[in-house]
Amino acid sequence: MSAATGIRPEPLQETVLAVPGMHCAGCISKIERGMKDLPGVATARVNLSARQVTIRHDPAMKDRDLVTALERIGFESELRKAVQAQDHSAVRPLLAPLGVAAFAAMNVMLFSVSVWSGADGSVRWMFHWISALIAVPAIAYAGQPFFRSAWGAVRRGRTNMDVPISLGVLIATILSLYETVVGGQHAWFDGALMLLAFLLAGRVLDAMMRDKARTGVDALLSHAAQGAMVVGEGGTVDWQRAEQLVPGMVIRIAAGERLAADGDILTGVSQFDQSLLTGESTPIASGPGDKVLTGTLNLDAPVDVRVTAVGQDTTLATIARLMDAAAQNRSTYVRIADRASQLYAPAVHLLAALSFAGWMIAGAGLYQSLVIAVAVLIITCPCALGLAVPVAQVVASGALMRAGIMVKDGSALERLARIDHALLDKTGTLTLGRPEPDPAVITSLSADTASVALALASHSRHPISRALGKALAAHGHRAAVLDQVEERAGQGVFARWQGQPVSLRRPDRAQGVAVTLDIAGQPIWLIPFADRLRPDWQDALRQLAGLGVDASILSGDNGVAVAEVARQTGLEARSDASPADKLRAIESLQQEHRVLMVGDGLNDGPALAQANASIAPGTASDVGLQAADFVFVQESLLALPRAVRAAKATMRVVKQNFALAIGYNIIAVPLAMAGMVTPMIAAIAMSGSSLIVIANSLRLTKAAR
Amino acid sequence: MNGLVLLIPVALFLGLAGLAAFFWSLKSGQFEDLDGAANRIFLEDYEEGDSGGNGK
Repeated sequence: MSAATGIRPEPLQETVLAVPGMHCAGCISKIERGMKDLPGVATARVNLSARQVTIRHDPAMKDRDLVTALERIGFESELRKAVQAQDHSAVRPLLAPLGVAAFAAMNVMLFSVSVWSGADGSVRWMFHWISALIAVPAIAYAGQPFFRSAWGAVRRGRTNMDVPISLGVLIATILSLYETVVGGQHAWFDGALMLLAFLLAGRVLDAMMRDKARTGVDALLSHAAQGAMVVGEGGTVDWQRAEQLVPGMVIRIAAGERLAADGDILTGVSQFDQSLLTGESTPIASGPGDKVLTGTLNLDAPVDVRVTAVGQDTTLATIARLMDAAAQNRSTYVRIADRASQLYAPAVHLLAALSFAGWMIAGAGLYQSLVIAVAVLIITCPCALGLAVPVAQVVASGALMRAGIMVKDGSALERLARIDHALLDKTGTLTLGRPEPDPAVITSLSADTASVALALASHSRHPISRALGKALAAHGHRAAVLDQVEERAGQGVFARWQGQPVSLRRPDRAQGVAVTLDIAGQPIWLIPFADRLRPDWQDALRQLAGLGVDASILSGDNGVAVAEVARQTGLEARSDASPADKLRAIESLQQEHRVLMVGDGLNDGPALAQANASIAPGTASDVGLQAADFVFVQESLLALPRAVRAAKATMRVVKQNFALAIGYNIIAVPLAMAGMVTPMIAAIAMSGSSLIVIANSLRLTKAAR
Repeated sequence: MNGLVLLIPVALFLGLAGLAAFFWSLKSGQFEDLDGAANRIFLEDYEEGDSGGNGK
């Protein structure tokens, strides 16, 4: 199946597209196969973690061709700009040090075990030398992440968890080298290496959690169209990139195209899907003189728009700035591990210094005192402490992932565990966010009528038609055969069926969202559409209340629609809130509460970033996905209490882990200070405490039930 | 004692070989897309031929 095995005289060009919508093996094969079947495409490789596709293709193919091709396969995609395509993962630079530390620790341990079990004299001497040959370069390489961070802290006159680690490892290495040279009894290479290996494992897990935060959703401003057709003087039309647009230009927006700039409509009447900006999926009708915004989708008919704002001045960019500012506000949150290390690092230094001084005063000699001080530094090593948080978070987020909830940031679990008030957006959050035809009407349509309706609906890409088509197909109807099908922009779909004119069109009187099904010789059907509440919402709200979380609605929709949902759910509601209003509402709530924001639209972005924790449904706009800490992919609203429960369970386990790690230190430190710890005991105690912490965290595998 | 002379280099060599394999897989991008790798096993008649396309 190689469509492009032809001659390739020119070098291939590589293009990276972001495809936020893919999530499974089926998507991988659909995209890779579909793209490879295109003439001109040599290879297509999906990276699922990053949600992007790397396509190598004939330079003659334009980026826009690839995007439209992917759209035909069924995936929305955007070109990754060069800056975004760079990999910022924190995992990769840590993997190599982890590999080296683990390899060296295992090999050195091999020799250490022989020494402990009685190897003596020249054999011990030789084993120590071999250990040194392995350990010194390994420590120099694998310890760098810690050394660098510790040096950075010390230079600014501060201390962090990495300072005692670096000190312990370096002093232990130097002392061991000295021991090796003089042919002494003990060498500590194994302890130093194992410390590094365990700590690096913790760091890698932690970095993996953070990586999830960036999966696929980073292109906020690329939501705006890449460019637009500019209508020049005398009616010439040519395509220009978004950066080249300036206020005053007239751009022509075809049906199905997104706006690349804010502007006022000059000519033409159409409906606009503003769901990206407001979360409201009902199309808004606009005509000459009305304002239209960047990122909205023109649904019906071509319009000419005079540009009023571009780039950083657009409403879209303003929301992005609000979101950034709000997110920075939240980044002052101190993670539990950091708080622990602020207390822990000075305590460890103090204990080590005390033991050194104590043994010096007791007359043990410089060397002996130093060995004991190092023993204290190593045995109090924050191995178990370093693992306490990341292991618990990784296990819990794995459990949540299986339950259909993605955790994008480990610290989010800490924040979510403490919330006591939930703010729910209406459209797309409390409701499913897509209009669905009234099931009563659908079931009462006769088979013939339904098949005509399905056939008509299948000829339009309008969201209402698609929803209708989907609902009818789900009822097992088949499309009828139609003649002379014609879609009239802004009107509907018209055709002939068995010689009679039929149509699926906009109703004569507007009342809510509805379509009229008109078959000549039969009564006219009015099919109303409504946005359904998510399944299990009653259960979910009750469980949330049981967890001590009260809920209310905060929506940008108009009062009537919100009042209806508020009446159904019995929740307090606030409507007509702009993104800035939402931000302020959360800020004032945060005086007394810790707030969870649940929302989906771009207009919720700043609110999601400001709230203490935030959840977005998987159907959310990319901006919503980007700003939220959690993303739930199933329809049921039960995801909310489930996530809160899992977060609380995680915090319980994290606290137990800290208790275990500190309890271990309380036993081990006095022994070390008393000079009773041999290298073997130190090594066993250290790995033992880490293993206990890991085992305890594994209990979280069922946290998301 | 004679055994050691043989076994120690063997042990070290095996360890180094493992480390080298790890570095090679790291460099050839096998850790770039762990989610994708986990999902690709579900694909039937998956062709491995074009997998090297993302080498830097």
